[in-house]
Formats: sequence, C-alpha cells, structure tokens
Amino acid sequence: MENIELQKMAVNVRKGIVSSTHSAKAGHPGGSLSAAEIFTLLYFEEMNIDPKNPKDPDRDRFVLSKGHTAPGYYSALAYRGYFPVEDLLTLRHTGSYLQGHPDIKHIPGVDMSSGSLGQGFSAAVGMALAGKLSNKDYRVYALTGDGEIQEGQIWEAAMFAGHRKLDNLVVIVDNNNLQIDGAIGDICSPYPIDEKFRAFNFHVINVENGNDFDELRAAFKEARETKGMPTAIIAKTLKGKGVSYMENQVGWHGKAPNDEEYKIAMEELEKAGEALCQK
Amino acid sequence: MSEVKRIATRESYGHALVELGKKHDNLIVFDADLAAATKTGIFKKEFPERHIDCGIAECNMTSMAAGLSTCGFVPFISSFAMFAAGRAFEQVRNSIGYPKLNVKIGATHAGISVGEDGATHQCNEDIALMRTIPGMTIINPSDDVEARAAVLAAYEHEGPVYLRFGRLAVPVINDNPDYKFELGKGVVLRDGSDITIIATGLEVSEALDAAEMLSKENISAQVINIHTIKPLDEELVLAAAKKTGRIFTVEEHSVIGGLGAAVSELLSEKYPVKITKIGMQDVFGESGPAKELLHKYKLDAEGIAEQIKEALK
Repeated sequence: MENIELQKMAVNVRKGIVSSTHSAKAGHPGGSLSAAEIFTLLYFEEMNIDPKNPKDPDRDRFVLSKGHTAPGYYSALAYRGYFPVEDLLTLRHTGSYLQGHPDIKHIPGVDMSSGSLGQGFSAAVGMALAGKLSNKDYRVYALTGDGEIQEGQIWEAAMFAGHRKLDNLVVIVDNNNLQIDGAIGDICSPYPIDEKFRAFNFHVINVENGNDFDELRAAFKEARETKGMPTAIIAKTLKGKGVSYMENQVGWHGKAPNDEEYKIAMEELEKAGEALCQK
Repeated sequence: MSEVKRIATRESYGHALVELGKKHDNLIVFDADLAAATKTGIFKKEFPERHIDCGIAECNMTSMAAGLSTCGFVPFISSFAMFAAGRAFEQVRNSIGYPKLNVKIGATHAGISVGEDGATHQCNEDIALMRTIPGMTIINPSDDVEARAAVLAAYEHEGPVYLRFGRLAVPVINDNPDYKFELGKGVVLRDGSDITIIATGLEVSEALDAAEMLSKENISAQVINIHTIKPLDEELVLAAAKKTGRIFTVEEHSVIGGLGAAVSELLSEKYPVKITKIGMQDVFGESGPAKELLHKYKLDAEGIAEQIKEALK
C-alpha cells in the first residue's frame, strides 16, 4: 500500500480512537494513538489476513498484549472490514461486543483475549510454537507496551521464545515512554530495552520513529528475513500522537475526551486528513 | 487389606496422557520443570516432540498453552497444584477461563499428602480458586481407574478442565468391570440410612473405611464419591440430603471454598440439613510423611470416623 494511503488510514484509525473513547466516556486514547501506524501497517499491509475469513487456520496472528489500547486495535479492525465502523461508538457500552479489552469470543478478527498485562505476549508465543509444531508458515505479531514489559511474565515468555528460536514471532514494543504513573524511566526503568531482548536471544531492531511507515516497514521486512530467532522491534513512538493536547501527556493514558476536547481533536484530525488529500 | 493395590493418581495422569497421545496428534503436554514429579515424563518418553518443558515459569506456560489452543491443539499443562492453580491463578482466569479456551490443567501434588515438602507445597486452596472461574470444570479423581478415565473425559470435553491429582499412592477402589466415568455425575459407593458421607479424591477410600468402622457402632453411612466438583451433581446431593438428612463432606482441602462449601451452598438454598465439613480447618499443613499428616489432621479413616461420631453426639 502507498504510504499516503496508509497515512490517510492512520488518520481514520485515530478518528475511531477519539470518537469511540469519547462515546464510551472511558478508555485509553494515549497508547492507542501512539500505535496507530503500527496497527495500520500490520492490518493493511504486513499481515496475511482476510476479514472475510477471520478464523483461517493459516492466517497470520496478532495479539494486542497491551490490551487496554483496544480502541486503536478495534479501529483498525473496523476500517479493515472485520465489523462496521459505526459500531466503534458502542465501545465499552453495556451489551456491546466491543469490550473494554479485546475479547476473542465476540469480536471478529481478535485472535486472543488480552488486557491483563504480560499474558498476551505469552499467548502469542504459544501461537508461534503451534505454528512450528504444525509446520505452518504463518507469522505471529504481538504488541506490548513499554510499561508492560515491567511484568515478569514478559521475560518468561521471551526466554521461551528465544530458547525455542521462534523466528515466526515478532514482538513490537510501543516505546512511547509513558505509563500511568509517569515516565517509565522514572517509575521503574525497563531501559535498555534492546539489550534486554538481545540477552534473551532475540534479533532486535530499533525503530527511531515508530510513527513512520517506511521505518516500520523496513523493520517488519528485516524481521521476516531473520531466521533462527524471534524478532523484537523497539518502536519509539509519541503517546497521544495526532491530537495536539494529548501528545506526550501522561494524563491521557486512560482518560476520554469530553465534548469540547472531542471537537478539537476531530477538527485536528480532519485537517490532517485534508492535508493528506491535497498531497 | 495388605493386598490392596496402591497407585498415585499423578502416575495415572502420565499413563493416560500416553494413551491419549497415541490416539490424538493434537495433544500437547506442557510441564514446568517437574516432569519427573508430575509424571508427564512418562509421556515425554513416548512423545518427546509433543512434550514442551517451559522451565520454571508457570504463568508463561499457562498463557502460552492458551494461545496454542487457539491453533487447533489440545494442551495439557502440568505442575504442582500450588503453582498451577495458585501462582498462575490469574493466568488461568484471564488467559484460559475468560476466553473459555480448550486447555486442560493437570495439577499434581494437591493437598497435605504432599508430605515432607511441607506447607509451601501443600495446596489446600486450589478447588476454591478454580470454583470461582465461570465455565471451569473441576475433577478430583479418587484412584487410578478414575484418574485415567478423568483424563480421557477431560480431553473429550470442550473447554477448560482442572484435574487434581495426588502424590501419595492410594488404594485402587474402582477396579471393577462396571466402572464408568461420567463427567458431573457422583457415584454412590456404599448404601446407608443414617448419614451421608460425601467425599472426593483420596478421601473417598478413607471415607469408605470410615463408614465400615461406623457400621460397627451401628451408624449406617451412605458414601458418595464426588469426582466432579464443578459442575456438582446437585441431583445426587439433594437426594442424599433428603434420604439421610445428615451430611458430612470430606476433602483433602480447606473447608473454605471446596467440596464442603459447594455442598453447603447448594443445600442451604435448596434443602437445608445439618452439614459437617471435614477437611483442613483453615490452617496450613506442615512437613511429615503423608500418612502421618493425614492422621494428624484427622483426614484418615480413623480421624473421619472420630469426627463423625463426635458431631453426632
């Protein structure tokens, strides 16, 4: 897909994030926005998937280990055609299938329930192991937060994946540098992240701008070409990216925009979309 | 009674896995560095490529098996009950229970009959923990025959199953041609009219012996084996309450949250009768040979009979 088309789609994904969390009066826009390019590239270019056949046993898998950023995930799934875009407005509403965190039982396209941090990555490792055991060549992608990797289970899973040389596995760390209580380096620093994954026998790719499609694309390509070990992509991103007042603001980790904030955010995204159309 | 055959149900687990493995290519066995103790080593010998040792990382094992199960495999994950249900409780709940995935948990070394390792490894809380998870099936087999049958039934059942096995060799009591394992169905093993003893796991054979002792003192005890604690055979428990009007539950588990609690919850709502819960009375275990511990905590036949007589006074 052309970058310009991906960029337009990322704007749509961001609008979905803003409008769904606004409608829910809850949710996690910050880490959803930081990963908008990652979601978009995975679902519109990188992954071998078919929204009409979401349970295809040979499909690539994605696990949103940082499950709280479901608004970004759902938005990408909706725009990719797994379910109607207008359903995004039912996010977190009583009776909606769009649960606050990903739910494999009810949401088309969701490959694993997640939300309790650390567990999704393990599940992704299990899927990658299954691929090896059944000699299938599908690939498995997991997206973790940079705060999430404070969970010990992440490193249990990483040790296993490295030990088993699961080269069909890619973990992307959304390194937006902020967690609920503050900057990750101030709370309990997981840095250096790259060296940690390297020590767990991962091929590590540092992406300087994880909101840039070319850089992400190159990383996924390198991951695909890496044999004999899993890949960790450490993607530096901007939390809240695309909504001026949310950018790099820790307070927007888990807070929904009110009516006025919603209006401002949508106007900004509308402008960004228009600018792309004029290119 | 010296001729009674004794086998630990963890041993049965290992053998049943081999039986299943021969029939089903999609069976994968996980362990967390305890293959020799959980007896999945028996399976590993036959099917090394389908035995996945995760190292000492039960939480990862649990979530990983959940992921693997979404790809058409049926994983059995194995560890001591303390770690399978205790340490990895939240993984069992969120990675397996909530998505209702087809993962089987083979938890060995349950209860105080772990023995010498002591309280840190004696899990008396696993049934309570597992009961709180919606959709979880819990099986606590009483002997070798039942344990093997339970493993096969767990494979056939679509959805999460928690299987509870013991370390101690226990008498084989179900070795008869009519034996049939039915998930969710309790079994009346001895008829009686004064009281009903509802037991589970290794306490079933102890309860049978206790009933024999009680009969010599003119107490006629019906004995029911509840191998499936969830879903509970409500019909059978209600019938027992109506028949004898006096219930004793016996389990190698805390009296909080286990079989006794399940029976109490049912009967208090639907047919209140007096219930005495025999089990670990809200205490931790300790180190010692298994049989001595069962005796000390009044969970052998003698202790059960004594507690029943005391309660009936």
